[in-house]
Amino acid sequence: MDATLKKNLEITATKVRMGVIEGVYNAKAGHPGGSLSVADTLTYLYMARMHVDPANPGMEDRDRLVLSKGHTAPALYSVLAQRGFFPVEELKTLRKQGSRLQGHPSLGKCPGIDMSTGSLGQGVSTACGMALSGKISNESYKVYAVLGDGELEEGQVWESAMFAAHYQLDNLVYIVDNNNLQIDGPITQVMNPYPIDSKFEAFGWHVININGHDFDEIEKAFDEAEKISGQPTVIIQKTTKGKGVSYMENNVSWHGAAPNEEQYNIAMNELKAHLAELEK
Amino acid sequence: MDKKATRESYGEALIKLLDIRPDLVVLDADLAAATKTGIFKKAAPDRHFDCGIAEANMMGVAAGIATTGKLVFASSFAMFAAGRAYEIVRNSIGYPNLNVKIGATHAGISVGEDGASHQCCEDIALMSVIPNMTVINPADHVEATAAVLAMADYKGPTYLRFGRLAVPVFNDPETYKFEVGKGVTVKDGKDITIIATGLMVAEAIEAGKALAEQGIDARVINIHTIKPIDREIIEKAARETGKIVTVEEHSVIGGLGSAVASVVTETCPVPVMKIGVKDVFGHSGPAVALLKEFGLSAENIVAVVKGALGK
Repeated sequence: MDATLKKNLEITATKVRMGVIEGVYNAKAGHPGGSLSVADTLTYLYMARMHVDPANPGMEDRDRLVLSKGHTAPALYSVLAQRGFFPVEELKTLRKQGSRLQGHPSLGKCPGIDMSTGSLGQGVSTACGMALSGKISNESYKVYAVLGDGELEEGQVWESAMFAAHYQLDNLVYIVDNNNLQIDGPITQVMNPYPIDSKFEAFGWHVININGHDFDEIEKAFDEAEKISGQPTVIIQKTTKGKGVSYMENNVSWHGAAPNEEQYNIAMNELKAHLAELEK
Repeated sequence: MDKKATRESYGEALIKLLDIRPDLVVLDADLAAATKTGIFKKAAPDRHFDCGIAEANMMGVAAGIATTGKLVFASSFAMFAAGRAYEIVRNSIGYPNLNVKIGATHAGISVGEDGASHQCCEDIALMSVIPNMTVINPADHVEATAAVLAMADYKGPTYLRFGRLAVPVFNDPETYKFEVGKGVTVKDGKDITIIATGLMVAEAIEAGKALAEQGIDARVINIHTIKPIDREIIEKAARETGKIVTVEEHSVIGGLGSAVASVVTETCPVPVMKIGVKDVFGHSGPAVALLKEFGLSAENIVAVVKGALGK
């Protein structure tokens, strides 16, 4: 990856993380852990990959992204704000009555949201529908669906995996955010979905394993997915839940909890220091 | 009178609909031969997609297609479309208010020999309670055809209910006009009103004739759209006839009877007697015999009407 682009993405991803903390802190609720783990890939997609236009969010030939792990909406909102879909200041309205930033993404309420999600396992099927529709009328757009590793426990995910391979949806990419934790604990203890890669392989998918916090690897993965023909691609990214905030990292209690004022200050100071380091 | 199952009308009407809406896509879940979307598949194989035995995914796929502006029908038996896939219909179709048409066949007791596992008498209740959802239950071939064609320019999530059993074609295709949300007065009358939906309309018409022979002037109304319901026609019937009997091949909880009762209690309270499946599961048997057993017949309508009038 181009060094300047990489630096810019790292800077934006840090701002995205600050937006996540800002939103969740002000809402006094939300899901910071999984939002921080998926922040880098979402930043890459919206800032450097996807064909989208903040001035025309409904553009017909836009690339689409379905956040099937809808509870990590704070990350998506923060990225959309950085991309210019709405003011960054609006992140403070997350989950508030009357806000466009619903607790889980809501189609039609917030510009840039391509599908309502929140109930796990459902977003992926809608992404399949978007991809199939693109195939039917020969559209150029790509469809991305982001799902959690715990979400793989939903049977509908595998119905969708069978469907996408059967209809050879090579315009569709799943991104599995493999941060290894779900509400009740490590995924291996709650309901082990491993091996994830060979499961998707057996379903007929092209599988790419990466480190989801390394922009070089992220870019390479999406370049590779673009070249795959006749089958869908899944990018399984190893990530750290809570990435970027020391006390949240790999700590399951930050799946769905908001920081108090002291914790908020620590988190923001860490991220600000990181940002200053990057901007040096 | 000719007889035809409304599922046949559905499959055939989809072909006509493709002429009006060339962007039409039809999904099925390994039941194309039974839901009759197979008729459409023969005519337009590149617009019919089998989703396999995976109704939850099918409903999500339909939602995704709808976001791109195409007109999409998702088909299965009522039990699986409204039952198994319920939460997907709610969260992926109803909540985002997407233009997905659910073509649900094999509704009710008249599924027959398959028995209770397949005899869905809860679908109208389940679908009606979802915000944004329209619920349509056509009575015969003419109405079913018209309802499907009306979907060409009717926006929003819509549940269309079709039957397995061949039922009388009583509407005249030359004169019949279908309007979503508008009830139809099939026979005027002043003593009492029979409000029926789906395949019970033909039974209600029969009952109306039998009652007339016995000197009872019953009004017969066909409510093909359970939601949004035609309040006007119901309120008028309540005011003018003073008593209502509802008839549906569905649970008496949460279906036509509940909807009618809910209208009249608010504006014009009159007694509402509900004929339907009385909070029990069905069982195997020939469709017509089952309908009789569960009181879903002209004979029983006549008895209930006479009871209501104290005759």
